[in-house]
Amino acid sequence: MNVRRLFALAFKETLQVWRDPRSLAIALLMPLMQMALLGYGVSLDIKHVPLCIYDQENSQESHAVVEHFVSSSWFSISRTLDRQADLRNAIDRGECSAAIVIPVDFSRALATTGTASIQAIFDATDVNTTNIALGYAQGTIAQANAQIAAQWAAAHGVRPSLVGRVDLEPSTWFNETLDSRNFIIPGVVAVILALVGAQLTSLTISREWERGTMEQLISTPVTALEVMLGKLIPYFVIGLVDAGFCLAGAVFWFGVPFRGNVGTLFVTTVLFLIVVLGIGYLISVRIRSQLGASQIALLVTLLPTTLLSGYTFPIDQMPAPIRALSLVVYPRYYVTILRAIFLKGSSLADLWTPLLGLTAYALIIIWLAARAFRKRLD
Amino acid sequence: MFERLYVMLMKEFLELKRDRWAMFRLIVPLVIQMLVFGYAATFTVHHVPTAILDLDQSQASRSLISHFVATSRFDIVDVAKTQSAITNDIDQDRAVIAIVIHAGFSRDMENGRSAPLQVIVDGTNSNTALIALGYISQIAAQFSLEQSSRAFSPRVGSAPPEIGISLQTRPWFNEGLNDRWFFIPGVIGTLTLMQVVSLTAFAIVREREVGTLEQIMVSPIRPIEFILGKTVPFFLIGLGDIAVVTIFGMLWFRIPFVGSPWVMLLGASLFLLAALGMGLLLSTFSRTQQQAFALNFFFVNPFFILSGFAFPIAAMPRLLQWFTVINPLRYFLVVIRAVFLKGVGLAVLWPDLAAMALLALVMLTISVLRFRKSLD
Repeated sequence: MNVRRLFALAFKETLQVWRDPRSLAIALLMPLMQMALLGYGVSLDIKHVPLCIYDQENSQESHAVVEHFVSSSWFSISRTLDRQADLRNAIDRGECSAAIVIPVDFSRALATTGTASIQAIFDATDVNTTNIALGYAQGTIAQANAQIAAQWAAAHGVRPSLVGRVDLEPSTWFNETLDSRNFIIPGVVAVILALVGAQLTSLTISREWERGTMEQLISTPVTALEVMLGKLIPYFVIGLVDAGFCLAGAVFWFGVPFRGNVGTLFVTTVLFLIVVLGIGYLISVRIRSQLGASQIALLVTLLPTTLLSGYTFPIDQMPAPIRALSLVVYPRYYVTILRAIFLKGSSLADLWTPLLGLTAYALIIIWLAARAFRKRLD
Repeated sequence: MFERLYVMLMKEFLELKRDRWAMFRLIVPLVIQMLVFGYAATFTVHHVPTAILDLDQSQASRSLISHFVATSRFDIVDVAKTQSAITNDIDQDRAVIAIVIHAGFSRDMENGRSAPLQVIVDGTNSNTALIALGYISQIAAQFSLEQSSRAFSPRVGSAPPEIGISLQTRPWFNEGLNDRWFFIPGVIGTLTLMQVVSLTAFAIVREREVGTLEQIMVSPIRPIEFILGKTVPFFLIGLGDIAVVTIFGMLWFRIPFVGSPWVMLLGASLFLLAALGMGLLLSTFSRTQQQAFALNFFFVNPFFILSGFAFPIAAMPRLLQWFTVINPLRYFLVVIRAVFLKGVGLAVLWPDLAAMALLALVMLTISVLRFRKSLD
């Protein structure tokens, strides 16, 4: 390898980036914009579930139950219904995603037997929201029940209950507030870097082909290794700047707790960038048309990174074949590493499994990429 | 005009046909992605690795533990002996949940006091943690009820345990709370958006970069004909895509399709027009394919994340909710989910359909105007 040639190539590539300010601006601004949009957008915290109330009885007792829902911060009452037909309509139109129906004989049943049932209807098209709203509704009813049981016991002159209740004392570690942003934003950083990285390098070689400059490049004495390094170094620098932007944004703007150490973060980020840029370069060498290269790059990055990296959907809940497939999705290692560094303060030693995956990946990609470039015109 | 348009269309289809890989690239990845992501996208919580520390060793504590063993929601990975062992399990990712039953648990239960049950949750994945905590509190409530109904007898003069309201839950449209039914229509919309926008964005830029745009400009073809010629093939490809993945989703994943295929067709057509408009608009802002590619990435990812595909729009800050107004995918997801699961018609869906039509109209108009300017 000749350092002077390598430098010349890297310089040429830098110039090319520099002379296309639009692309450079996109490369530097894109991660920031994405951070701003996605950082705010990716929240699973459902508060104020829009709720419709259909109180068929309108008694003092039924109002007391409704009051529990009104005063709860989990729900916001979007509409009070008077007819059964309105119920279907309100749910169809999405005016509410849950509805509480109190039957006509509610207070009578409660007075005579001590028990009564009310219906909770959910728009279950969004299953996750339904699951969470269901938990909220049960919690609200449990509160109402404590009151009702005490009143019933007082009215009938009996002791509330002879047997104690299990009292849950939950303590949450690593993400004490259970704020979904704290767990998703490190994932967002990984996804953005994977996308930007692939986008930076995946057209570098195919562009030479389409512009007809490949003949000139081949006629020079450069070696395949020099081409790879020369092409990657400028983008590596851009990638590092992007990573710095995103990680700083996660900590200082979104306030994700950072408990790890900056050195660990740096080492793992460098490894990840090597993999990401290397894959873009490989695609670029293999596929000559820019359209094809970009489609493949989009295909292997956007959705796999979003859906199989574990950044929103937990990998351990996927069926075994898909779990096996996710081993190939390189951002999964970085997502795991970032999350552990941010929330748990893990060190390199703690992270040896995902690190092993990422290192193996980097070595294979470098090996493939270094051999991929052929000085042939056919 | 029609003759010129016809020639233009022939040219586009010929180009597509010559590219032997094109058909393969258009269909196969779509079906594979549908398959993989259909299985991958789930928020269901099963087999949560759980560690248990029982310091009470009583009949009551063992009975409580048996409740956790009995459900497939939790997998007991460790029966610990000490508090530090359980801390280790969480620290080293062996367990996500640790349950500690303190000494005196059964005594508290019998004496009518509240018996504390310590639960440690690894909150790294807050969604899993929240749902798992919900299951645990259900188990705890169930256990309390069983214990008190065993102890209850009318003679003792205590209140029967089941006093109060029972909540009958009715999840409409998806009784089994199967979240594949929620995500797969979303995957269909997302895959189509990505493919159509990138195809369209590249089509014009490539002509410009390869230099064939000048040839077209000197021909008598008018901008509107040129744009129609470029977009009609992609519109047809997009419709084909939607049909293939929709049928695939119904047959393979057994998602019910209760609505009208005509509403679906109308929704898909308007959505595709909006996606085409978006691709064209992006192409008028790019000189090179690299720029088109970058812009494509730039917009498609936020459009996908901010569509309500997984993250509810209602959970976003107000400002971002406004931003989603220009997102065609947002409306299409409402339509496609409603058609698949709810079976509602135009009476309910017209605002979303109208929004897509408006978006398509605005974006197509702007791109035709911008394109005409760049030709002059």
